[in-house]
Amino acid sequence: MTTKTLPPVAPAASRGNRKQARRNTLIGWTFILPNFLGFLAFTLIPVLAAFALSFMEWTSFTAPKWVGLANFQRMLASDTFWVALRNTVAYALGHVPLTMALALLLAMLLNRKLKGIGFFRVAIFFPYITSLVAVAVVWNMLFSPDSGPINQFLHSIGIAEAPGWTSSSDWAMPAVIITSVWRDMGYYMVLYLAGLQAIPNELYEAAEVDGASAWQRFWNVTIPSLRPTTFFVVVMLTVSSFKVFDLIVVMTNGGPGRSTTVLSQLIYQEGIGEGKFGYSSAISLVLFLIVLTVTVLQFKIQQRRER
Amino acid sequence: MTNMAEDLKAEAPFAKAGLAPAEGRRRTPGTGTRGSGQRKRSTRERKARTTDTVIYAVLAVLVVALMVPFIWMVSSSLKENNQVLTVPIQWIPSEFVWSNYTDIWTRIPMMGYLQNSLYLAVIITCLQVLTGSLAAYGFSKVRFPGRDVLFLAYIGTIAVPWQAYMVPQYIMMQNLGLTNSFNALILLQAFGAFGVFLMRQYYMTIPDELCEAARIDGLSEYGIWARVILPLSKPALASLALLTFVNTWNDYMGPFIYLTSNRLWTVQLGLRSFVGQFDAEYAMIMTGSVISVIPILVIFLLGQRYFIQGIATSGMKG
Repeated sequence: MTTKTLPPVAPAASRGNRKQARRNTLIGWTFILPNFLGFLAFTLIPVLAAFALSFMEWTSFTAPKWVGLANFQRMLASDTFWVALRNTVAYALGHVPLTMALALLLAMLLNRKLKGIGFFRVAIFFPYITSLVAVAVVWNMLFSPDSGPINQFLHSIGIAEAPGWTSSSDWAMPAVIITSVWRDMGYYMVLYLAGLQAIPNELYEAAEVDGASAWQRFWNVTIPSLRPTTFFVVVMLTVSSFKVFDLIVVMTNGGPGRSTTVLSQLIYQEGIGEGKFGYSSAISLVLFLIVLTVTVLQFKIQQRRER
Repeated sequence: MTNMAEDLKAEAPFAKAGLAPAEGRRRTPGTGTRGSGQRKRSTRERKARTTDTVIYAVLAVLVVALMVPFIWMVSSSLKENNQVLTVPIQWIPSEFVWSNYTDIWTRIPMMGYLQNSLYLAVIITCLQVLTGSLAAYGFSKVRFPGRDVLFLAYIGTIAVPWQAYMVPQYIMMQNLGLTNSFNALILLQAFGAFGVFLMRQYYMTIPDELCEAARIDGLSEYGIWARVILPLSKPALASLALLTFVNTWNDYMGPFIYLTSNRLWTVQLGLRSFVGQFDAEYAMIMTGSVISVIPILVIFLLGQRYFIQGIATSGMKG
């Protein structure tokens, strides 16, 4: 009897399931669709197009033509590309460790229950959401070589030959880095605060019982426990460093000379400024590959440490 | 009782930060008699109070140092032009020049810039929050084949620097005839993957049982989204709305690439162009900067909780 009833039941159920699945697919897509259409047209397709374009010769005046690796060859032979790459790396090497160290320091200072601590947190976070143009304009004046407050301060502590900052090709990059560290550290401080608050107190108590000093506890409890946060912070910081664009455009516009020209700026100049769509996409691809490599590398290091 | 609990709570962060070694050592087992214990408690209280004072002092100095650019900005905005870059620095203007704040509206079309920024920020924020929360519901509460692959595509594009695909975007907008219009910026910024990601992270924390119960009560999926999930996700919606608004308000590159005619300019573009044209009008430039920051300050003070929550949510589970 069971053998007779079973066969008809199973297909019915699977038909029902299939119907349910189809219904779910339909419902799911109606939710996603309004966003997806915009995302597809203005993010996903341009991302894919950027890959294809980097192998094409296409300017505002000519039709697109497949040229293989010609754009890349031209790029590698271009002096400006190497200058921009070097500047971008220099920016990242300054921006990433400084922001990370200061953000962690601030988070440790602010990770306590004191009256009014919220005010300090908010004040330190605020630069991050201040408009970039205002930030760049103010810092440019603070960095003013002759009578700017920063050089006046340096003079007052006995530094006779204060740097020329944004007017000097050696000091423009440090000036940009200082500004960006000031602006970004509040954001990463918030991430570190969340990380610090997730460390179970028992770990510290156990370390104390074992007679660990404050410094030992910092190295052996705080730092290892913060590893996932640090991983995230490093990746975010590195990615944002390689993308740096608007701060430089507003603060120095790549100058003096080419001393602060970065990759993103080069993409903008070649692609939108001069209409060399193919060539600029080749530079974009390099930018993307660098960001990808750094992320994957960090991910691998993180995994190895966990093992 | 409550006091003790608070004491414990207050201690925890010190221990966490690893900056209060003395307290910890005193808590180790086997420390002397009852009498010495009492004495120690009072020294400990005194010590804690001193530590507090030191911490406050350190923090106050630090915050003032970090706020110098803002102090300088506000102070300079109330000065005569030739008083801005003086030796020595005048932190408080010798004479407050309030007229900077009335003159700027006629010097540059500031009101128009503010309106443009506001228009863009409001439209983009509304669209982003609406489409983002809808899509997040689809990605977290409805099961269908291909969903996770699609979500991966979303995440994947977050990792691609925007600069890497701005040129194809520009070509597309040019062909659609949308350059030099607000529509280009709205289309480019209202459907961001980040909003979907942020909302989904939050929706994942809402138990599926709630939706299940609502389904049994006969609510459609759209009903569940509107009547169960949306009311529960107010903090996340606020975070996303505030972050989007501030990002759009502060955006420089988008308007810089797409908006060429002056009447469409946002505050950021207007300010930048003013600096470019009259780079010696220090005081007026600072006045403009202050005006461009005030809306952000107001919004931030009203919703700072949501900013910080939003960052912590999107950050930690990434």
